[in-house]
Amino acid sequence: MKKLWGALLGIIALCCLLALGDYLMNRQSNGTGGRTLTVYNWGDYIDPALIKKFERQTGYHVDYETFDSNESMLTKIRQGGTNYDVVVPSEYTVQRMKKEHLLAPLDHRKLTNFHYIDQRFLNKDFDPGNKYSVPYFWGTLGIIYNDQKVAGQDVQHWSQLWNPQFKNNLLLIDSARDVFAMALITQGDSVNTTNYSKLKQAQHHLQALTPNVKAIIADEMKMYMEQDEAAVGVTYSGDAREMMSVNHHLHYVVPSEGSNIWFDNMVIPKSAKNKQAAYQFINFMLQPENAAKNAEYVGYATPNKAAKKLLPKSVTADQQFYPPESTMKHLQTYKDLPRRVLGEYNDLFLEFKMFRR
Amino acid sequence: MRQKALFIVPYALWIVLFVIAPLALIFYQSFFDLNSHFTLANYQDYLTSATYLKMTLNSVWYAALITVVTLVISYPTAYVLTQLENRQFWLLIVILPTWINLLLKTYAFIGLFSRTGSVNQFLQFMGLGSHQLLFTDASFMFVAAYIEIPFMVLPIFNALIEINPSLLNASKDLGATSWQTFRRIVLPLSMPGVKAGIQAVFIPSLSLFMITRLIGGNRVITLGTAIEEHFLTTQNWGMGSTIGVVLILAMFIVMFITGDSREKGGRH
Repeated sequence: MKKLWGALLGIIALCCLLALGDYLMNRQSNGTGGRTLTVYNWGDYIDPALIKKFERQTGYHVDYETFDSNESMLTKIRQGGTNYDVVVPSEYTVQRMKKEHLLAPLDHRKLTNFHYIDQRFLNKDFDPGNKYSVPYFWGTLGIIYNDQKVAGQDVQHWSQLWNPQFKNNLLLIDSARDVFAMALITQGDSVNTTNYSKLKQAQHHLQALTPNVKAIIADEMKMYMEQDEAAVGVTYSGDAREMMSVNHHLHYVVPSEGSNIWFDNMVIPKSAKNKQAAYQFINFMLQPENAAKNAEYVGYATPNKAAKKLLPKSVTADQQFYPPESTMKHLQTYKDLPRRVLGEYNDLFLEFKMFRR
Repeated sequence: MRQKALFIVPYALWIVLFVIAPLALIFYQSFFDLNSHFTLANYQDYLTSATYLKMTLNSVWYAALITVVTLVISYPTAYVLTQLENRQFWLLIVILPTWINLLLKTYAFIGLFSRTGSVNQFLQFMGLGSHQLLFTDASFMFVAAYIEIPFMVLPIFNALIEINPSLLNASKDLGATSWQTFRRIVLPLSMPGVKAGIQAVFIPSLSLFMITRLIGGNRVITLGTAIEEHFLTTQNWGMGSTIGVVLILAMFIVMFITGDSREKGGRH
């Protein structure tokens, strides 16, 4: 009988522990307000010194939490019970959040430092008039290559990746949108096409690439490119910069015929508790000297025109990360597609992955 | 009697809360489409899509291969282990790798198999040149089998160790050769262990997804890859759950096939 009660108590205690854990985790993110600002951002995506500086300047206490994918962030905010004051989603997620009424519209009179942002990065399709979002950083999709194995002029364009000289030497990022963007651009289509036959055509085109594809991987690509495992890779500018800082034989190219350009943006969710502080924080981050410091720490391209002037010439003249105007005008952003279409992209991508050379 | 019935309560509670409830939730979720409407379309899509069916075949094929490779390596291993003097010690050595996190073991293999890895360095030292080892079917099978071997050795070892030695002596006394003894006595009596081992290896192998990407470079696609994608990228939880239900069904089928003749293999 004793044992029985023991076992029962054990199960009840376990359930209580789980409930308590849930409560504590919720309270941690709920129990703010007043003099606290809660920021929800990608990991390692801000200079920690700036948070200290903001706290000193304003007297707010900053709670900084991180996520590792737009989808996980979205799920958490959608489920409620969170009170993040500033969140940094990518552009297609801004669109999705807007559609789901998760965002508070921005009061532009309170965004006193908004004018520092380069006009080119404002008023984009995903948020006309920047009603809900302020650009934080931007980057591209491109080709990274190892100059010991490949000559630079052989990898300036997407279509060159189909060249048999790269047989079994190409790494692709494991993301349906990005791989299809590459194929869609080579056939002259929009990266946001919802036309199934065009997608099918792109998939067919990709299947011809299979002999060259060594692997379709995620973050591990950094390690493989750094260790000379493959000659060419398709990846994001931010990851490319990280790889290049380790292996000096690596170079990054944004094909001039077009590619994807992405933005990470500061937004204020509807559930924010401290909007006052959120505006102060956004203004603080837009302050040219702060934005420049942040860009130097994070290494991505800044949309802040005034901050860009403060950055060393060697950084801003680098066409790998600040592509020339002629390339810039061919870059396309991803739009948030209907989930049915996204499903099609992913199913076709799965099929492509299953296609044997 | 009532007291005895009470003893079931904790186990029943445990099973309902932590086994049946999650399964029921997966099953429930699989009937909803993207707009959270009740539908059977997920199952219809699954059964009519060449991609998913091919992927299922792929998974079954690789899982079967992994199981066979593991079995071929594990049975002799387990047999030799039972003959050793310090068998508990050696068994511990075989089981030891399971104490290490799966991801760490996988990353260790990346270090071994990469172009500049130890294996290629050794091959070059031997004058055999460097080879592409990562992202091949062979390396995927190797790592998967390596990870599953302890789960196959353990049940076979237990079955072999429980065989009454007097049966083996009787067989020898009656003039059977050692091959006949093995074929007629040891093998049938160890079958329950083999079946348990197959269950323990085949079912997890069906849904491997991390190794398929890290070692297989997504050149090997299993149902696990599809589930991961549906839950994380497309957020089509319904379809992900449907594939989950298919995996659960596959598990029951394997249990049914391998659990069938357990009684006949009794030792008493």
